[in-house]
Amino acid sequence: MQCAANTKNQGCETGYCMINVAPLPRADAAVPLIAFHGVSHMFGNRPVLQDINLTINKSEFVCMVGPSGCGKTTMLRMVGGLQTPATGEVTFAGKRVAGPAREISFMFQDYSKALLPWRTAAGNVSLALEANGVPTGQRAARIKDLLGKVGLANHADHFPVQLSGGMQQRVQIARCLAQEPSVLLMDEPFGALDAMTRQALQDEILRIIQASRTTVVFVTHDLEEAIYLGDRVVALYPNPGRIAQVFDVDLPKPRNQLTTRESPSFLRLRRALFDFIREGEA
Amino acid sequence: MKVAKALVLPVALLILWEVAMRMSGIQSDSLAPPSQIAVAFYNAMLDGTIPWRTAETLRAALTGLAIGAGCGLIVSILLGLIPPVARLMQFSIEVLRPVPAVALIPVAILTLGFGYAMEVSLVAFATFWPVLIYGHAAITNIEPQLLDVSRVLRLSGLGRVTKIVLPATLPRYFVAFRLATAVSLIVAVTVEIAANPLGIGYELMTASQSLHPDLMFALVLWIGLVGWGLNGALLFAQRRLFGPAGMAEIAR
Repeated sequence: MQCAANTKNQGCETGYCMINVAPLPRADAAVPLIAFHGVSHMFGNRPVLQDINLTINKSEFVCMVGPSGCGKTTMLRMVGGLQTPATGEVTFAGKRVAGPAREISFMFQDYSKALLPWRTAAGNVSLALEANGVPTGQRAARIKDLLGKVGLANHADHFPVQLSGGMQQRVQIARCLAQEPSVLLMDEPFGALDAMTRQALQDEILRIIQASRTTVVFVTHDLEEAIYLGDRVVALYPNPGRIAQVFDVDLPKPRNQLTTRESPSFLRLRRALFDFIREGEA
Repeated sequence: MKVAKALVLPVALLILWEVAMRMSGIQSDSLAPPSQIAVAFYNAMLDGTIPWRTAETLRAALTGLAIGAGCGLIVSILLGLIPPVARLMQFSIEVLRPVPAVALIPVAILTLGFGYAMEVSLVAFATFWPVLIYGHAAITNIEPQLLDVSRVLRLSGLGRVTKIVLPATLPRYFVAFRLATAVSLIVAVTVEIAANPLGIGYELMTASQSLHPDLMFALVLWIGLVGWGLNGALLFAQRRLFGPAGMAEIAR
């Protein structure tokens, strides 16, 4: 019986923590950075989200999982200011999210459509700097630094079509980092990549955000990916999207593709999530 | 070798035409052998008729094109990026677009009189539509995620147009511009033939009415050459500007 030491233990009878909506803040971050307050939303007549209450703390890595139609991408777009909830509100640092903000960057799933095909890797990173009004003279050094950070130092002059899927997604990471965000929203960013590339990028993103203590909200279909990356995993039910359970992940950091995935806690959580998702589908 | 192959058929036809005219000994007010057409062309080039008239036609056509295509570009961006504007203008566009530019010749004569102003305005009217329609389609076809990217990065309205919308649609706009260029020449010559005492069209009409088939045919061939040259220049520019990537974008 193992539970995250710094959370309240209600609902912790089955070997993993089940905390229904609005978990209490963690000890290392007193003020919730992002909060959903009674958010509901419709697309036409179809309800996609129903009464979502969720808080996300600073420097937390929160993964959202659930079947298609559970509204996880919609929730992410609301935090990013791309979508306004029909009822309720989403707040960032206590203020209502009214539109995209510099502190919040958004990484899209489909890299082939999120990068400008007529700009090189460096040009795509530059776009974020241009948007933020970084003076022309400072851009080259910043771009070089950012591309180096994601391992693309030698590919600055390549166009997206000349790069592999993993490399294109790295360009997108660099462009997000160029914004110097405090929150990184990721919409199934590694879903279209092969298994090896995906694992490499998982470790890469953990390494990058560990240094900057960035808060991450990560949407994925892949339950193992959610457990491997997350501090918490939010599981959603579909039609309409509701928060079903929040799982705390108490795996030690830094995580390791072999030992972490073999550890008993990982396997227990995986089992719990799989069972849970199967119940949701039944 | 390729050029030689392409020339076989037209040259053979010209020789056949010449031989047939000479053998039959026809004296005609409506036909002329290629040799006489060539002489008429040479003379008209030398005395400045063709260069001067061509300059008049191109001046009217290109001015009209600049106005029509420019307005088409601006309006299509407004329509594409501001949905209420599109809803507001949709009906007017659908009513006005099918009006043939030629049908407006009497209107233009009555309001503007003869001269450049009426020809330019008719060319502008005719070239406005292809750029507007193709441009609007190009903008509504922009990958929605690219627009999301511009929002997430908080690009300004101007930045969004210059950094996302225009580069994404430029190849398609260029195709629309090429179409509009062809239209501009057609409308300019038509207006000159029908009414306006200017340009190649007017010279062509005069040659026909004064029974000079040699000059008339020379001018018809010349108009074809001008149109071909314009399109060729634009194709060349398209390849230079957009490269293989741009051409692929058009094919898609």
